[in-house]
Formats: sequence, C-alpha cells, structure tokens
Amino acid sequence: MRRYFGRKLLIYGLTFFMAVTVNWLVPRLMPGDPVASMLARARVAQPEAQEALRVYYNNLFGFDLPWWQQYLNSWGSLFRGDFGISLWAFPTPVADLLTRAVPYSLALLIPSILLSWVVGNRLGALAARRKVLDNTVLPVSYVLTATPYLWLAALMAWGFGVVWGIFPVAGGYSFSMTPSLTWAFLVDLFWHWLLPFASLFLVALGGWAIGMRNVIIYELESDYANYMSALGAPQKLIRRYAFRNAVLPQITGLALQLGVLVAGALVTEIVFSYPGLGSLILAAIQNKDFFLLQGAFLFIVLGVLIANFIIDVVYVIVDPRTRVGMAGAAA
Amino acid sequence: MKTEALYFAVRNTKLLVGAGIILVLLGIGVIGPFFIDKPPTEYVGMQMQPPGGEYWLGTNTFGQDLWAQFVHGLRTTFLVGALGGGIAAVIGMVVGFLAGYKGGWIDEILNMLTNIVLVLPTLAVLFILNAYIGVRSAGMQALFIGLTQWPWAARSIRAQTFSLRGRDFVDLARLSGVGSGRIIMREIAPNMSSYLLLTFILLFGGSILIASSLDFIGLGPTDAVSLGLMLQQAHQWSAMHLGLWWWFVPPGAGITLIVGALYVANVGLDEVFNPKLREL
Repeated sequence: MRRYFGRKLLIYGLTFFMAVTVNWLVPRLMPGDPVASMLARARVAQPEAQEALRVYYNNLFGFDLPWWQQYLNSWGSLFRGDFGISLWAFPTPVADLLTRAVPYSLALLIPSILLSWVVGNRLGALAARRKVLDNTVLPVSYVLTATPYLWLAALMAWGFGVVWGIFPVAGGYSFSMTPSLTWAFLVDLFWHWLLPFASLFLVALGGWAIGMRNVIIYELESDYANYMSALGAPQKLIRRYAFRNAVLPQITGLALQLGVLVAGALVTEIVFSYPGLGSLILAAIQNKDFFLLQGAFLFIVLGVLIANFIIDVVYVIVDPRTRVGMAGAAA
Repeated sequence: MKTEALYFAVRNTKLLVGAGIILVLLGIGVIGPFFIDKPPTEYVGMQMQPPGGEYWLGTNTFGQDLWAQFVHGLRTTFLVGALGGGIAAVIGMVVGFLAGYKGGWIDEILNMLTNIVLVLPTLAVLFILNAYIGVRSAGMQALFIGLTQWPWAARSIRAQTFSLRGRDFVDLARLSGVGSGRIIMREIAPNMSSYLLLTFILLFGGSILIASSLDFIGLGPTDAVSLGLMLQQAHQWSAMHLGLWWWFVPPGAGITLIVGALYVANVGLDEVFNPKLREL
C-alpha cells in the first residue's frame, strides 16, 4: 500500500510539475515580444492601467533575469497564491476571480459526476444479459455518450428555457437578486442549477451504463459465476457478486474520465452563462486575458489531481487486495 | 480468417448501420462542396430563413446558407477526427509497442510519461496551447488533439504487447536474430491488428468531440468552417433566444451521428473479430 501511494503521489507530483512548466514555457514560446503583444491584445482603455500592466508584466516575467531564475520565481509566486492580475477584470487578482467561480463549477461537477456514475452503473448492471432492457438502455446510452456536452446543453436550454419557458437559460441566479442566505435566493439558485446539472448528468450517464453492462457480462461468464450457478445459487446473488467485482474497473474509469467530465462542465457552463470556471475561461480567451487563462489552467490541473488522489484512496478502501500489496490497480 | 471476418461483417447489423451512416455523411462532406459554388461564409440572401426549398437548412442572422456551412463543416470535422485520431493512434502504438516489448527502464520511463499525460486534463492543456500559439488551421488543431489524446491507447497497447511478448513465435523470431522493430511490425502488430483498428475508431470519435469543444470555446480554426464552429457562432449570436433552431440543431446532430455511428460500428467490429461476442 505504501508503494502504491508512493507511486501515485510521484506521478501526481510530476504531473503538477509538468503543468507548471508548460504554463511557464508556453508564453515564452509565443512569437514576438510577449509583453507588448499582450498589452496590444488586452483591451484596456485607461492609460494608467496600461502603464501599470507594462511595469507589472516586466516585473512578473523578469525578462532581464536568467531563465532559471525566472522559472524559480514563477514557482515562488505560485506558492504565495499569486496568479497575477486579471486584464479583463482589471484590477481584480486572478486568484480572487477563480475562487469566486470555483464553488459554482464544483456545485455542477460533484453531483453530476457522482450521480451519473451511481445511476449509470445501476442501469448498466440491470441491462446486462436482459434482452428487453439491453435493447433499450444500450442504444440510448450510445446516443448520449456520442452527444457533445455543449449540444445537449444548448438543446435543453432552448427546449426548456426558450420554447417552454420553464427554466432560466442564463446565469447562476436571477439578475434582480443579490446573493443572500434566504429561501427565495436558494430556490432561485437551485432553479438555475438544475438544467446545466441535468445536461451534464445525462451525457455522462450513457458512458457509465455501457461500461458497466460490458463488465457485468464479462463477470457473469467468469468461473466463479459459473461455479455458483452450478451450486444452485440464486441468479440475484450471482449478479450481486458480479456487480461488486465490476465496480472496481468503473472506479478506475472514473479517474480516467475526470478530464473529459471537467471539459464537459466547462462548455456546459458557457452555454448557460453559468458563472463558473468555464465562463471565466471564455472571457479570458475572448479578452486575451492570459493570466486568467493560466490561472484557470492551474486550478483545473490541481483539482483533477486532488480528485484523482481521492479516487485512489477510495480504491484502496474498496479493494482489499491493494492494501496487502497483492494486486490491484496498475499504477 | 479474412473471409471468416468478412462473412460475419456483412451479417452484423451494428457494423452495417454504423458504417452506413458514416459513409453517407462522409460522402456528403467529400462530394457536397463541389455542388456548392459559393464559399460557405458568403452572404447569399434573406436573413433568418427557416429550412426550405432554396436553402435546405435555412439561413442565419447574416443571411449565410447553413446547408453550405454544414457540408463544409462535415468535411472539416471528418478531417480533424481522422487526423487527430490518426496521430494519437500512431503515438499510442509507438509508445505502447516500445514499452510493452522492450520492458525494463524504457517501459518505466514511457509508462511514467503515459500516466502523466493521462491525468492531465486534456482540454485545459489545449486551451493554453491554442490560445498562446494561436492554432488557426484545422491541421494544427488536429495535431494538438493527437498529441494529447494518445495515453489510454498506449496503455492498452502496452498491456496487449506484454501478453504477446512471451509467446513462442516471438521467441523464435528473436532467436533467429530478427531486430526488435521487425518483430514488432511482423510478429506482434499483425496479431492485434483488429484491436488497433478499434483503438483508432475510438480515438477518431474522441477527437471529433474534443475538436467541437475547442471550436465552441473560440479556439477553432479560422481558415475553415466546422460543425463545432457553427455551434459556436449560433451561441455567440443568440440563435437559441431568436428561435433559430435550424442554426444549432443540425451541426450538433451531425456530430452526434458521426460519433455515435463510430461507436456502434466499433461494437459491431468487435463482435466480428471476437468470436466470444458473436450472437449466433
């Protein structure tokens, strides 16, 4: 178990190191003078802001320093939680913008990931080796998993929001409201959350159902399942054992799918103008706000790494074999 | 073996339906643009026309012909999917074969690299790369997608190679002094060719989905029209609120059809190649 976690942590550490390095390197690969082109591309009107930014950039990149010093400095500011100042929302620090957006993104991501995983697995397990269910669940799942997140989101926003007018189609809460801990506001918040959540949930659902169905079929053909049915065990019991075994690869699958799920949430937020990281990234790209973009990138990488680690811990709890170091998930 | 696969292929409905849909859409994308004499971004006529006889998919708020955009978009989408999926498949194969066959420290290093790229959230990396380096052609977009998509393919190919490495025929080839490259190409790859094809199909579909997200967020190619770009423009110019459903429904349906058909064809092919899965 020590070895297992050691290996995982090494990989995550290296990944984070790579992410920070890429983040540092890519602006320096940009052709031309990055400071000048950033200032030109940033749509900042006030001259004071322009000048402040120029000084700020030159200090921040420290282009007169040797490259290794620039690189070390970027790590230093990272550990101080300093992601720079946003151009788009000048003079708000990027870190503030990001921490304000993250709760909205998490509120979409965590419930949709967990619920789609649980429901999808149940559905897939039910469908396996049952003709009628299989013939309905499987095609629907394939359509769902092939749907681009942004398209289902757009369809739902159009159908439920514009045509039927049941749900709001933009924002995290009504513009007429100020955030407060009142029932009216919470209900409003929930109402705005429901559609983006539902579209994320539905697209993710298909993949889990397909995966679970396939693994369950594999498990039901394994020796222990055959042996149990030869002993006359009820089908229900065999299925329960098969499900418990099939959950393991699905947990690994969850870790592998995290990046895709996060990406789906980002574009879904954009469709609904939901005030999470996705909308921030869109604003950053449209306004050439590279600090904001880089900050968002590091936040996402860090979030995905933390989530990966949590899944590793869960895996160890669920699968006793990893604890005694016999077998288990490949590093 | 070949004829056996063909025998089951023409009897597999999943494969036939999937391949049929893909071929029809591919045909539209390849041949269609030749029948449209105007460039897809030209302002051809009345604005906001619903689908009808003259403009099959209607026009948008600028009076652009959406059918022309759809046809050109299909072409770009297929191109990015095939190229991105192809690049990812090649990298995945090289890394997977090398790591699985060579083993030892080469395996350690490649496996570490694979795992690192695997946990990196792909789309976030692509945001940074595309925004800074300014990817403005479909080919570049495909290249970047290919460069970030390969890890899971490498991992599964490595595992397969690992299991083939110890077989007698590989040992025999090694004893007769054949080089590693030749052994991989002649002995190992042919034994998992069906698996490689399936991997490529999945990467193809995945690349199309990633490209559509990139396009949608404003990092798509500027020299072409793609289905993702159509969705992006529809969203940017509030087609949803104006009720112009014909602007954003067809491109999304196109992507869903292509990717869905690829996945279904993939399952069909799997049944063709894998006797255990065949329904008799």
